Amino acid sequence: MRQKSIKKILISGNEAIAEGAIRAGCTFYAGYPITPQNELIGYMAEHMQDRGGVFIQAESEVAAINMVYGAAATGVRAMTSSSSPGVSLKQEGISYIAGAELPVVIVNIMRGGPGLGNIWPGQSDYFQATRGGGHGDYRCIVLAPANVQECYDMMILAFNLADQYRNPVLILGDAMLGQMMEPLNTSTKFVIKNVDKSWALTGCKDRKPNIVKSFYMVKGDLEKFNLKLQKKYEALQAKEERWEEFLVKDAKLVLVAYGSMARIAKAAVKTLRLKGKKVGLIRPITLWPFPKQAFKKPKDKYLVVEMSYGQLIEDVKLSLSVNAQVGFIGRAGGGFPSEEEIIVKANKLYNG
Amino acid sequence: MDKIYTHPRALRKTVTHYCPGCGHGILHRIIAEVVDELAIREKVIGIAPVGCAVIAYDYWDFDCSEAAHGRALAVATAIKRVRKENIVFTYQGDGDLAAIGTNETIHAANRGENLTVIFINNAIYGMTGGQMAPTTLLNQKTATTPKGRNAQLQGYPLKISEMLALLPGVKYIERTSLHSPQEIIKTKKAIKQAFLNQVENIGFSLVEVLSPCPTYWGISPSQSLNWIRDTMVKEFPLGRIK
Ligand SMILES: Cc1ncc(C[n+]2csc(CCOP(=O)(O)OP(=O)(O)O)c2C)c(N)n1
Repeated sequence: MRQKSIKKILISGNEAIAEGAIRAGCTFYAGYPITPQNELIGYMAEHMQDRGGVFIQAESEVAAINMVYGAAATGVRAMTSSSSPGVSLKQEGISYIAGAELPVVIVNIMRGGPGLGNIWPGQSDYFQATRGGGHGDYRCIVLAPANVQECYDMMILAFNLADQYRNPVLILGDAMLGQMMEPLNTSTKFVIKNVDKSWALTGCKDRKPNIVKSFYMVKGDLEKFNLKLQKKYEALQAKEERWEEFLVKDAKLVLVAYGSMARIAKAAVKTLRLKGKKVGLIRPITLWPFPKQAFKKPKDKYLVVEMSYGQLIEDVKLSLSVNAQVGFIGRAGGGFPSEEEIIVKANKLYNG
Repeated sequence: MDKIYTHPRALRKTVTHYCPGCGHGILHRIIAEVVDELAIREKVIGIAPVGCAVIAYDYWDFDCSEAAHGRALAVATAIKRVRKENIVFTYQGDGDLAAIGTNETIHAANRGENLTVIFINNAIYGMTGGQMAPTTLLNQKTATTPKGRNAQLQGYPLKISEMLALLPGVKYIERTSLHSPQEIIKTKKAIKQAFLNQVENIGFSLVEVLSPCPTYWGISPSQSLNWIRDTMVKEFPLGRIK
């Protein structure tokens, strides 16, 4: 019997995110060029209009985030993308989006920081992404793809979650993931979950006027609104934690890493297993809500692997109810822990 | 008998929070009247600024969005691009449009977005307590220019309407004032034109309105009207700019 051939295309992570977004029903994109996400804005420029959407090269990241605010306020699926310095500029806008409860998808293809830093891979924006980033008590849903296929597949989830929870969703990738090319299978069926958007600005024909805002002048109203947000975040924490486990069941030592860093960590796990070491990997897929359930039955030892200096490790420690041993290996500013470096560190922790 | 006065349908029947002699209330009403006269209430979308007029949406009776300080034209750009059938306008103070939001203003104008902009020039920051605006006159005292605006330290009043007139994407700019009934009638005419332009797909249209702020100018409402007439219009001449 002949196997049905699955058509695959060779494509970068940045382009896969763009294509995934369009297939997920995104009809508005605004962005400002910055390396290493330029393939994303380039792809949108090339395809968006022909496929019935709107593409705008904004005058800045500040303008771009406020444009997606406007588009989302009318009920369409809207996205912007950037890299670290540009995402810092967007923070005020993201806070307004959270405050106005607008469904928006924001992509951060992280590079080295602080400041202008460099254009190499990094994960140093973890705190900014998972703690809100801008002013006020709000959270973004944060999704971390680890390969090009996931970059694509995750976009339907991102837009559906944004709509369902009326909340900004952040896709957190890095230069390695954005730039690398891998075969992509685009036959995955995307199911666009249509939700009620009767709050959207469309003109007040046959209904009362709608107002999109985050300003609460009357004493007590803002506190009430904040409590409503907290309820939403509790629901997200309860229902939307996502993670991947690899050889965790019998493991004595579990590595924890996300995104492209998790691929290198996985390679280290495979090598260590060949040497008979009972080692596994937990890969958080939602960075917020952080997959606390993955740490419910704690192992003796963990090794957190990051392209940053101790950010992910805080959430791992906060998720552990007992005093497990938590080791750390991280590099930033363009460097990343190599498979060999991880293995050395893991062996020390394992045997120690 | 002809009815010559009625409450505009597009204006809610409520008391505003504005100070005595403030121009915002007059402008809200003018916009509501124009919306009624053009019969666009069911398709208009207003963008309120951050400034004294932040809760303009509590006064207008149609769909509205708030925008972050200075970003009204970025928000409006997107709304109009995805909903061409709607009539989208921004309502912005001088700090919002010509200081923190200058970039968004210039680029929306330069792209020739088919939008209507109502720009309230009161030569001061009202909401934050009377600090210098980009449009503050030379020698004008404010909370941050206690000795008066000094060109050497604070530069000159910014004539953003004249700057915008240079851009090919801009189709209509007029500067009007609220200092007398005649000027208010002209203001309404200009605002109606700016909305009509959008209805007819003509393109970016802006009306700058000189508006009194007795509270932070530190003078009475009637003195404020005289100050616009005698002093402010010398720096900001009225009439069609483009
Ligand atoms: C990012 C940011 N910076 C500063 C402020 C504070 N702020 C609110 S309104 C305003 C200026 C208001 O002046 P203008 O735009 O001229 O409007 P007016 O109040 O005079 O009508 C400022 C500085 C803010 N809300 N957000």
